[in-house]
Amino acid sequence: MALFAPLNLVNDLLVKLFEQETINFVVWPLIQIGLVVTLVALWVAYATYLERKISAFMQARLGPMRVGPWGLLQPIADGLKLLTKEDFVPDKADRWIFFFAPYIAVAAAFIVFSVIPFGPDWAVIADVNIGLLLVLAVSSVGVLALILAGWSSNSKYALLGALRSSAQMVSYEVGMGLALIGALMFARTLSLSGIVGAQGSDSVWFIAYQPVGFLLFLVAGIAENNRAPFDLPEAESELVAGFHTEYSGMRWSLFFMAEYAAMVVVASVATTVYLGGWYVPFVHSLTEAKGYHNLYVLVSVLAFVIKASIILYLYFWLRWTLPRFRYDQLMDIGWKWLIPAALINVGWSALTVFLAQALDTWKVLDTIQQLDNRLNLTPAGKGLVIGMGLVGLVVTGLVLSRINWRSRDFHLKTQRRNIRLVDVPKGKPAVS
Amino acid sequence: MHQVEIATTQETLLDSPEMVLNMGPQHPSTHGVLRVILKLDGETVIDLDCDIGYLHRGMEKIAENRMYTMIAPYWDRLDYIAAVSNGLVWVETVEQMMNLAVPPRAHYLRTILTEFNRIASHLLWLATHALDIGAVTVLLWALREREEILKIFERQFGARLTCHAWRVGGMPNDAYDDFEADVRQFVNNFPKRLDEYETVLSENRIWLSRTVGIGVISAEEAIAIGLSGPALRGSGVPWDIRKARPYAAYADMDFDLPLGENGDTYDRYLVRMEEMRQSRRIIDQALDKLPDGPVNAKLPKIVKPPVGDYYHSIEGPKGEIGCYLVSDGTAQPWRVRVRPPSFINLQALKQMCVGHLVADVVAIIGTLDIVLGEIDR
Repeated sequence: MALFAPLNLVNDLLVKLFEQETINFVVWPLIQIGLVVTLVALWVAYATYLERKISAFMQARLGPMRVGPWGLLQPIADGLKLLTKEDFVPDKADRWIFFFAPYIAVAAAFIVFSVIPFGPDWAVIADVNIGLLLVLAVSSVGVLALILAGWSSNSKYALLGALRSSAQMVSYEVGMGLALIGALMFARTLSLSGIVGAQGSDSVWFIAYQPVGFLLFLVAGIAENNRAPFDLPEAESELVAGFHTEYSGMRWSLFFMAEYAAMVVVASVATTVYLGGWYVPFVHSLTEAKGYHNLYVLVSVLAFVIKASIILYLYFWLRWTLPRFRYDQLMDIGWKWLIPAALINVGWSALTVFLAQALDTWKVLDTIQQLDNRLNLTPAGKGLVIGMGLVGLVVTGLVLSRINWRSRDFHLKTQRRNIRLVDVPKGKPAVS
Repeated sequence: MHQVEIATTQETLLDSPEMVLNMGPQHPSTHGVLRVILKLDGETVIDLDCDIGYLHRGMEKIAENRMYTMIAPYWDRLDYIAAVSNGLVWVETVEQMMNLAVPPRAHYLRTILTEFNRIASHLLWLATHALDIGAVTVLLWALREREEILKIFERQFGARLTCHAWRVGGMPNDAYDDFEADVRQFVNNFPKRLDEYETVLSENRIWLSRTVGIGVISAEEAIAIGLSGPALRGSGVPWDIRKARPYAAYADMDFDLPLGENGDTYDRYLVRMEEMRQSRRIIDQALDKLPDGPVNAKLPKIVKPPVGDYYHSIEGPKGEIGCYLVSDGTAQPWRVRVRPPSFINLQALKQMCVGHLVADVVAIIGTLDIVLGEIDR
């Protein structure tokens, strides 16, 4: 195809310049990294634009309209503005930590993209076989940046914000990790490409097998990203701006970028694990089977971006609809609802796997190599697992209700009172 | 000899010192330039002190050097969210001191427009209160409705916020031509919009968990502190100047008082929401009954109330706005004293906040609906 002619040209040129091994392990990865970083940065920048536009439409206004058509150049203008602003450091701040905290935040958010499979073949930088663990591990480094930023600012608001965020992110990470275990039981691999393959080959996305896990992951992901309604660390009405109160200019915008990049990460992981990743039905037979390999990859990448953007939209939607939780309520939700639910989900998933195998609906293979990322569930098995998933929703709900029956927040709706309307007799008029 | 106390037990070793957090005067959600000094144990408030005066403009002293008719525009700047109500308390005090007979049409228009101001003020309260608790979208929705009211104000008074609405003895001019149509349109559209806000907030679990049981103040405490307005009615005390001592045309109006039960933030929220509905009802009635005739009483060239003192109060959006006026018979008042509802309501802040978290302080400041222009005067 003519569209990919330049790509082949580059390949030919590289072959002439380097040895094949250098190309495979150094040159192509570098090109991939450059591409992914650029495109993801663009995605992150336009996520801010979309958030502003979407919130504007929800609030009966227009949003950015001045810079470029429909304000499309707004993120670029913002970036330029922030680059030219003063890089202010408070007098008593711990300068070095203050300088480096934003870089840690951005690095933690962007490193994760190295293992995210945006598409098949060349659209993934590194298919690490512990990909999911790496995602969880690196994204939890992000909390370090917040603590350092809050501490080094030497401001009480920043400190409170940092304390809140550390407590919040540590508690929700537990729930996040536990929520993913259910899906891993089906995929039997930590490699993100492998997880996509497991969903693609059976053409049932894990959201159908793991509805509880998906919901839990979404909630934990929002909390992990400090997004509303869990945006306590930067609750602007309480803590001014939380951990980045003292930051300004580009350093502030690095935190901002890190926040949006982390959102994209969570959306990407949710897409990969629960929404079939880049996989779209029928695309493979229409493109790859007919020899259009690069087109296949491109369509897949597009599908991935669209799926992740739907989850991002959900984030925006929630942020502009819901009020903010209080700190103690947030902890309640984390420890009393999310983690028990995740534990129940782990148990329930194990039971589902056991049942599927016991009823001989899962043609179990002996080794991981034989598994070849295929679930090998028979149609009856698929039905069984989906059914168990739905029953799991009910079971989780019931068990959680039983656990939290005595908590105050459980009966909030019944505590809701209506006001009385009384018609008091009128007194003597003040005006004659 | 100086004795050094050595921490021996585990409790004292683990004892964390309390932190003093200075909230304001530039804090985004202290509604202006209120400075709250919080003493925190972790995030729990153990003590609290308010520092006010950052917006002091010496209104009462300025009033001693102005003629009676010249003071009214200053009064608009007391509670700049409710300029129309504030203006009314001044002109009515002067009128009643002078025993002026204000024409009924002026009374009815005053009723309609102050009720509009009540709705506008409550909408701004809803907007900021929801924003403080984190529901950002409600802010812009409420401001959209408030904009309709401000448009009516602009056409009637020539200003949106600090409208010099009244004159001693009546109004500067009659209602503008399309006044009735504009008001009707607002009255017809408003309930739908209010229901919209209630769908977003009233049944919302997060909203409930942030407001139910927060900032509770009992009826006895509320009366002891001297709360007024929705803050008092939220605790279940049926007290409203519009009922107790009707002014303007309220004696002819039929409306109910919404009363809360527990006196928590959620009750005050519901009370204010219902008050907006009742205000709409009053506007509707007043427009139906709007009499014809002049809008101005005959006034002497120079307004000079007789020697003596007088106290008059009206039910402003935030509570009882009172004006105590001492006249020595000259063209300028001898002493003027305002009873600002926000100032007195703010006294309840400490009682409401102690024991709650920092996030609740913000919610409670929001629920008290204070305006610093009025507190500092």
